[in-house]
Amino acid sequence: MHDRTLGRAAFLGLLGAGAAGLFVGRDALGLLGKVVPDGVESIVPTSGWRIYTIGSSVPRLDPAAYRLTVGGAVERPLTYTLDDLRALPRAEQVSDFRCVTGWVVKDVRWGGVRLHDVLAEAGLRPEAKALRFVSAEVPYDDTLTLPQALLPDVMLALEMDGKPLSHGHGFPARVVMPRMYGYKSVKWVTRIEARTTDVDLGFWEQRGYDKDAWIGASNGYG
Amino acid sequence: MIERFGRTERALHWVHATGFFAMLATGLVLYLPALSELVARRNLVKNVHLFSALAWAVAIVLVVALGDRRRLATDWREVEALDRDDRRWLRGRPAAQGRFNAGQKLNVLVTAAFALLFALSGFFLWLGERDHRFLFDGTGTVHDTLTLLSVGIVSGHLYLALIHPATRHALRGITVGDVREDWAREHHAKWLEERRGL
Repeated sequence: MHDRTLGRAAFLGLLGAGAAGLFVGRDALGLLGKVVPDGVESIVPTSGWRIYTIGSSVPRLDPAAYRLTVGGAVERPLTYTLDDLRALPRAEQVSDFRCVTGWVVKDVRWGGVRLHDVLAEAGLRPEAKALRFVSAEVPYDDTLTLPQALLPDVMLALEMDGKPLSHGHGFPARVVMPRMYGYKSVKWVTRIEARTTDVDLGFWEQRGYDKDAWIGASNGYG
Repeated sequence: MIERFGRTERALHWVHATGFFAMLATGLVLYLPALSELVARRNLVKNVHLFSALAWAVAIVLVVALGDRRRLATDWREVEALDRDDRRWLRGRPAAQGRFNAGQKLNVLVTAAFALLFALSGFFLWLGERDHRFLFDGTGTVHDTLTLLSVGIVSGHLYLALIHPATRHALRGITVGDVREDWAREHHAKWLEERRGL
């Protein structure tokens, strides 16, 4: 073998494998997470989560002072404390969380409340078409149409993996919409507003992302 | 003392090292949940990361364009040539080594390939956010995997350059440019032979 063949093959082989990797292997690091022991996991971020914020710090909401207001096109606008929310019928689900930028966290165990239970007492007016979720992280918000928001695996989560949400994950309450990319799952929700229109654009949608962010069928995917 | 690395080679090394650590620091803030929460200001950190990438690429191009390109071409030829001695050395057997030993050759090959792949995957991360037709399945995974592997490789590199007694004299070669002749004879015997032949 010519002497230079080996080194060049190594170099070009690496380049080729890496370039091919752009088009496959979205879940490769997720697999890595399953073989890395738990202790190492706190150092190496094999959980797969990234913490995205739009402001200069992570909102740290005081559970005692927290209020969730429900308003807009409802019969009786009302305000929940965190304890009120916890007193609603508890729902649980295991679902994947997928970010539009490509990372995914498999099998996240969520605990929380369904939106029809949150809305039951307030009562939607017939003209209500969508729900707007307003974050404490101003000016973040996003909207789901009513049919989207009432899908069986959509929830207002209060817990993740058996513990209350951490501040980074939206404590004390966040939307979980597993059929859409993560920017639809508003963190630090402080207001749910029933809207009589379903054309409102959320924070990222005003910046070019799709309003109906179906996984695998929006934002250039699929 | 004998010269091991000229100004162009040293400039290329330090430009790349500076760019790497600037992008590693900002990249980890974007990537590690604990750091993301501590620093937040994601947009600012992202912009510094992108600016570092741009500055790194421009600086690399400038070093190559304005530097001793013939010397760099010679380096690349040497690095690509993994000869029989190198293959023996990699298997842990004693074998005389050239100006680059087999491990250094592999390090250069891997570093060059990784730099190009970092740039390629980083470019598509950037572009994909602006034009969603370019959001590819594995872009982030490639960028992240390169980071994890690079941290491992650079840790080894730093150990050999700063701590390991037998090899750390090499640091002088990449900072000042020259190394002790007796050290070179012990670690890079074939290089000294070639020099004598010139």
